[in-house]
Amino acid sequence: MERIDARGLSCPQPVVLAKNNIDKIASGEFEIIVDTGTARDNISRLAENCGWTAAVRTDGEDIVLTLKK
Amino acid sequence: MVIGLIAVVLQKMGNPPNMGVCVACFCRDIAGALGFHRVAVVQYLRPEIIGFVLGSLAAALAFREFKPRAGSAPVVRFVLGFFAAVGALVFLGCPWRALLRLAGGDMNALAGIAGLVAGIWVGILFIKSGFNLGRNQTTYASAGLIMPAIMLGLLILAIVQPQLASGPALFSSKDPPGSLHAPLFLSLAAGLIIGMLAQRTRFCTVGAVRDVILVRDFYLLMGVAGLVGGAFAGNLVFGQFNLGMIGQPIAHTNTFWNFTGMVLAGLAFTLAGGCPGRQLFMSGEGDGDAAVFVFGLLAGAAFAHNFGVAASPKGIGEWTPLFVTIGLAACIIIGLTMRKKI
Repeated sequence: MERIDARGLSCPQPVVLAKNNIDKIASGEFEIIVDTGTARDNISRLAENCGWTAAVRTDGEDIVLTLKK
Repeated sequence: MVIGLIAVVLQKMGNPPNMGVCVACFCRDIAGALGFHRVAVVQYLRPEIIGFVLGSLAAALAFREFKPRAGSAPVVRFVLGFFAAVGALVFLGCPWRALLRLAGGDMNALAGIAGLVAGIWVGILFIKSGFNLGRNQTTYASAGLIMPAIMLGLLILAIVQPQLASGPALFSSKDPPGSLHAPLFLSLAAGLIIGMLAQRTRFCTVGAVRDVILVRDFYLLMGVAGLVGGAFAGNLVFGQFNLGMIGQPIAHTNTFWNFTGMVLAGLAFTLAGGCPGRQLFMSGEGDGDAAVFVFGLLAGAAFAHNFGVAASPKGIGEWTPLFVTIGLAACIIIGLTMRKKI
């Protein structure tokens, strides 16, 4: 599965990366890895607004979101 | 909404009119209190700012979101903070105060808000075409605590009001707006509450506009609408609402420079990743780059007042056009030249 690393990026770069990929693949599944609660919340809301589902899990210090449509 | 209400109550309790909380103005007042600029009417160590950082720290610690991080183009962030302060002080307010001025009936705020949106829009164009400042890195907990520690130090100064042989160590305005302030501990408590709430809700005025333009997300904009609504309702209750353009408190009527100043501020905020309030909250969460932005704000605010760049109720300063132009040029160069594949 494709995995995007958005750790350490300023707002709104993580959302932009997720949005770009959603626009690119239109449907399917990918992971995006972030390291702040803000990025997690922003991407979850983006997914919801675009009709995707976002599953969140933590991986040590990181947060992994799996986006599906 | 809570922020809007608290702001109005702080005004009632002594803070300057339509300025219950203003990050740009209050950083300028702090710069003045520390003697970094010499404009006697805007010198007061505003406890709200201290509260924002410490409140955010407390919430971040409680919810395990304290993440010490740094190292994403700090000097660029300093410059962005510097010019953000310049732009905001030409308009006479940060995005929060722009909203509070609107909620108080000051129609000059519309030009500032339009400028802010325009600046954010330009910033988004840069972001869409690949602008970024690179990744930060996890750093030491003690490094993430530097900004909160500095704020604690300022708080001690504000409470103790130490005396040197030559007089008080801190400068303190005798005349408004610097002399207008709510009691210290009330201001501090308000700041702490706002800091905690904003850390949890990710409240950001620049993010609100940006998210709507970029991804059609209205979540943060609802928060902004709440701020205006809360302040508007509070102003009506306290009889602080006064519709018009002329004679508004701590404002001038030069629409062109109200607009252009906020274009500069909005662009600088967007390139740096958030409004000045948000930068304070992030610095409380351990973000060293946001802390550097805040130091840029302090330096820019001091510079703007020392060199006739900041506006006053009488109008713009002698060097306003020059430095707003330089700031816009600097932001555009930053936006165009800092693109790295990530």
